[in-house]
Amino acid sequence: MILTVSHATTYRYSAPMRGAVQSLRLTPSRFDGQAAREWQVEVEGGIRGGSFRDGAGDRVEGWSVRGPVREVTVRVSGQVETRDLHGVLAGHRETVPAEAYLCASTPTEPDAALVALAQEAAAGASDALDRAHLLAAAVRAAIAYRPGATHAHTTAAEALALGEGVCQDHAHALIASAHVAGFAARYVSGYLFSDAAAGAQEAAHAWAEIWVNGLGWIGFDAANACCPDDRYIRLGSGRDAQEAAPIKGLAMGPGSESLEVAVAVGASQQ
Amino acid sequence: MAIEFFNEMYQGSQVRAPYARLEDWMRAMPAEFRQMKQAEAEALFRRIGITFAVYGEGGDPDRLIPFDMFPRVFTQVEWHRLERGIKQRARALNAFLLDVYGRGEIIRAGRIPARLVYQNAAYERAVAGFTPPRGVYSHIVGIDLVRTGPDDFFVLEDNCRTPSGVSYMLENREIMMRMFPALFRENRIEPVDGYPDLLRRTLASVAPAKCEGEPVVVILTPGHFNSAYYEHSFLADLMGVELVEGADLFVEGGFVWMRTTEGPKKVDVIYRRIDDAYLDPLCFRPDSMLGIAGLMDVYRSGGVSIASAPGAGVADDKAIYTFVPEMIRFYLGEEPVLQNVPTWQCGKPDDLGHVLDHLAELVVKEVHGSGGYGMLVGPRSSAAQLEAFRARVIANPGNYIAQPTLALSTTPTFVNEGIAPRHVDLRPYCLVGERIELVPGGLTRVALTDGSLVVNSSQGGGVKDTWVLAE
Repeated sequence: MILTVSHATTYRYSAPMRGAVQSLRLTPSRFDGQAAREWQVEVEGGIRGGSFRDGAGDRVEGWSVRGPVREVTVRVSGQVETRDLHGVLAGHRETVPAEAYLCASTPTEPDAALVALAQEAAAGASDALDRAHLLAAAVRAAIAYRPGATHAHTTAAEALALGEGVCQDHAHALIASAHVAGFAARYVSGYLFSDAAAGAQEAAHAWAEIWVNGLGWIGFDAANACCPDDRYIRLGSGRDAQEAAPIKGLAMGPGSESLEVAVAVGASQQ
Repeated sequence: MAIEFFNEMYQGSQVRAPYARLEDWMRAMPAEFRQMKQAEAEALFRRIGITFAVYGEGGDPDRLIPFDMFPRVFTQVEWHRLERGIKQRARALNAFLLDVYGRGEIIRAGRIPARLVYQNAAYERAVAGFTPPRGVYSHIVGIDLVRTGPDDFFVLEDNCRTPSGVSYMLENREIMMRMFPALFRENRIEPVDGYPDLLRRTLASVAPAKCEGEPVVVILTPGHFNSAYYEHSFLADLMGVELVEGADLFVEGGFVWMRTTEGPKKVDVIYRRIDDAYLDPLCFRPDSMLGIAGLMDVYRSGGVSIASAPGAGVADDKAIYTFVPEMIRFYLGEEPVLQNVPTWQCGKPDDLGHVLDHLAELVVKEVHGSGGYGMLVGPRSSAAQLEAFRARVIANPGNYIAQPTLALSTTPTFVNEGIAPRHVDLRPYCLVGERIELVPGGLTRVALTDGSLVVNSSQGGGVKDTWVLAE
């Protein structure tokens, strides 16, 4: 598929700020399932800083905006050619070994309920890949998709107790239960093309990757009960949502911040 | 159980050669004169305001650490061996860091378990795949040593992040020279005052490739409330570089800039005295107010160097320590010059069994502890203390390591009753940049309490001037 992305994020401050600094992970990953045809990242009125590919294979760009500033807009636009690899992250180059993703961070700390969920789900599995699929299905069954039920800092344990959440919560819960089952697992942020008003889908999306020996990293989108295919664009990864965030930023000054996001992902068949 | 302690000055009634002149000095000193000098030394330390605790020791930050005037002495031959061992260790630790943030050969070769490295809290995924200038991660390696015999030295621990205490090495010497100038004419003592210049040159030698001209080096401090602030400002002063806090720096255009009265000035090398977690709120702890937002992006794109490199801490963890001799063999193809203290990992069932059976003979420490806290010295503990500690170890074995109670050497020390042997350790500071340098000396810590083996200043330890005699 050819996916077209247009993504604008605007931070507005209640008072002029002395300046802002951002670290952006907004460039599509390079692997066999996707290739950017054209891609632009721009911080309006900003100064481009250093850019590099990090140990997890993500392209990172630093930006800064001089003050006084009342508003910062990050614009992303481009076209990506995608292929359905059934979730397998083939041909992706990275230095960080899978073993570095065996430990929980705060939002993926497992509680008794997550441990029970993982143990029950994985019980009848025939092999590791099957076990990973069963974990994703169990997380999907335990947490219903409902926007607004959770917030940015909700943990996997909290979302499971609530029984509701969004893609971030599904991903955190799947990472936590994968850890319980002995898998290395991580959080992935990206975009998703939605061809219908199919409910459980968000254009700015997130899912989990689980390491299966012999196959490598495999994406699991528990929120949509599937593995990422050619409707998905992968941007970057981390142990949790905060680490994998496409935009990390800080504005210096007394003002409070409000956020406005507009994402559109369109598709054209080749 | 009577333990024989090696006395560095006396062997029986014989005075060992390096201390021969000090014997005369000591005998010729009347008690009143000694007390006067001791008071003078204390007044000098107070005047310069050096009152901080050695890294991680805790305790009251404003308390004066006792200074003992009796120097600790090494011969040239003894020092040469230490120097070889320390430099060897510093090279191996840096090779290890370069490896585990790169291809991880030592893990692939099965010489160190992957878990200890990649699941270590000090392993930073954020710097994997990035090679710092000259491949150096730990630019100042503080290696804590103890001596148990004429030729027996053991490494207690490695400090690869920001080992502190070097200002004591410099001040102890300064004060001794001021108070006893004759001693320095009678003995030929290797100087240590070249350290600040060597440190500056070491840091300048790891400036990033993008740096043009003379590298600008700064020391980044968490601020004056930090217990080692004195050392930060002292070193900045002696090195002739700026002492800055996070708010004095900012990033723009892929570089780090320092605010000055003449406008922004580009910074090439940051000698940071703050922990990884606080360096950059965009990369590490988002609530940190001490660091510089965006610093890690500049660092990883080659715009600035950071010493020690973020992530260096994975090499000095107590669980990794056990494998340093293996690192020396693996990376350098050499046998270790300095030995590790034999260490049992309580997380291993066999080791745990041994530790619980021999608790009364061992020293047991927390893997991540420091400062002599959370530690059991078996031979000096009551039955109740032993049982309480046993329960803690059983509850969380992976959190503890155990070592034999080392017979730390003693050196003569001025005490209320006159002169008496007290136990000592040694922390030399090895500099790693374009070259590996070691000034002949270090920080000797002394346990001032009779019989105590704990030299930490938070537990009644003091410091001494450390001499290496020129031949």
